[in-house]
Amino acid sequence: MSRTVVVTGLGATTPLGGDVASTWQALLAGQSGSLILQDPKFAELPVRIAAPVKVDPSNILEPHEIRRMDRSQQLALIASREAWADAAIESIDPERLGVAIATGVGGAISLMEQYDILKERGASRVSPMTVPMLMPNGPAAVVGLEVGAMAGVHTPVSACASGAEAIGYGAEMIRTGRADVVVCGGTEGCIHPLTIAAFAAMRALSTRHDNAAAASRPFDRDRDGFVMAEGSAIVVLESEEFAKARGAKIYGVYGGQGIAADAHHIAQPEPEGRGVMLAINRALKDADLSTKDIFHVNAHATSTPAGDVAEAKAIRKVLGADADHAPVTAVKGATGHLLGGAGSLAAIVSILAIRDRKIPPVANTENLDEGVDVDVVIGKPRDLPAGDMAALSNSFGFGGHDIVLAFRSV
Amino acid sequence: MSHEDILAGLAAIVNEVAGIPAETVQMEKSFVDDLDVDSLSMVEVVMACEDKFGVTIPDTEVKNLNTVADAVNYIAANK
Repeated sequence: MSRTVVVTGLGATTPLGGDVASTWQALLAGQSGSLILQDPKFAELPVRIAAPVKVDPSNILEPHEIRRMDRSQQLALIASREAWADAAIESIDPERLGVAIATGVGGAISLMEQYDILKERGASRVSPMTVPMLMPNGPAAVVGLEVGAMAGVHTPVSACASGAEAIGYGAEMIRTGRADVVVCGGTEGCIHPLTIAAFAAMRALSTRHDNAAAASRPFDRDRDGFVMAEGSAIVVLESEEFAKARGAKIYGVYGGQGIAADAHHIAQPEPEGRGVMLAINRALKDADLSTKDIFHVNAHATSTPAGDVAEAKAIRKVLGADADHAPVTAVKGATGHLLGGAGSLAAIVSILAIRDRKIPPVANTENLDEGVDVDVVIGKPRDLPAGDMAALSNSFGFGGHDIVLAFRSV
Repeated sequence: MSHEDILAGLAAIVNEVAGIPAETVQMEKSFVDDLDVDSLSMVEVVMACEDKFGVTIPDTEVKNLNTVADAVNYIAANK
């Protein structure tokens, strides 16, 4: 029999704010973090729109922390510190504490910076911290050191589903008895001319340069691609028993996860949404929920022409008539696409929507694509009724990874 | 450049690399035992010293630089 897992701490640094509270307020207000990058190194690129974090890590961390960590590690550390302080765990046996923090590309910026140093100044000037900075397990490792986790430190990577997969992984660590507390989520900090050029080469990015703030508009009929963002979102999961014994405040209950894969294309979503539907159904089963229990869906929807409609269709097919009482939002309208950090930010937003009984609107979206047959919240927040409820949080990644997390009210 | 100047420069480097308060970087202190500078940080300190003071500090020498005084004296002798 597996143990119940609850959420006791939240932390984030995003294009909307340097912590969870400011991010949540900005989301409810429909604000946008997308802008035109001003640094000259981006000037010649075909796309110059991105969503950097609102509060730069250099304003928070010490200089020696900045110099020996990749940006993805810096962001993960900042978000993890907030989540850990929020959970306020006074004492825990290190052997019962784990970390699962994932990222899409990890220390790509450090890798490229050190390559430039190698070329310009030679091998003797390559930083001895290069390997710890570029390794994808770097963010998880740094947070593991911060909190003293000995139960296991993991990095389950699945591109844009990574943040969600990490939360599911952390929950399984607790359910199977490997840990009582796990700090989990995702991070990404790779806004760089190369990564922008790479996504632009796939024609995946919005080119709405005349109105960058409104470029990311999931489900909108005029959407033209996603906006690259950065940031980190981290949750503290605990076994319900451990949380209640110490009188922890509990945000919500982790219901379960559904995992599937598209087996279709290295980057494009499968148009019939078969993998998505499989993941949703598996999540419902794992969480012991029926479609009737679902009152909200937090969509992955990145603002790409193909992906958003395929997801909406899959949601309607699985939930059927019950989709009518499950309004949908998409965080990426406001924040852009946090890549490895997106799935865990979506989870945090789902948890807060249930806690506050308010669904944030999809920022920037004005006219829904006619292929969208689900109730998308636009314009202003939507109230949720009182009573028991559950929400689903969808995250899909290049490579065809489908992760759906389920969260329940306390 | 006086020994005092070298010490001040080295203290600033140690502070930047490892976050250790510059005023605790004193001549008799051991990098590893007193200042808690790990081996990777030591490599960074050496690199920064080479850049700042225009010296070369080969790996064979680095292992002899146990205290701050060892480093200051080496830099003074090889600038």
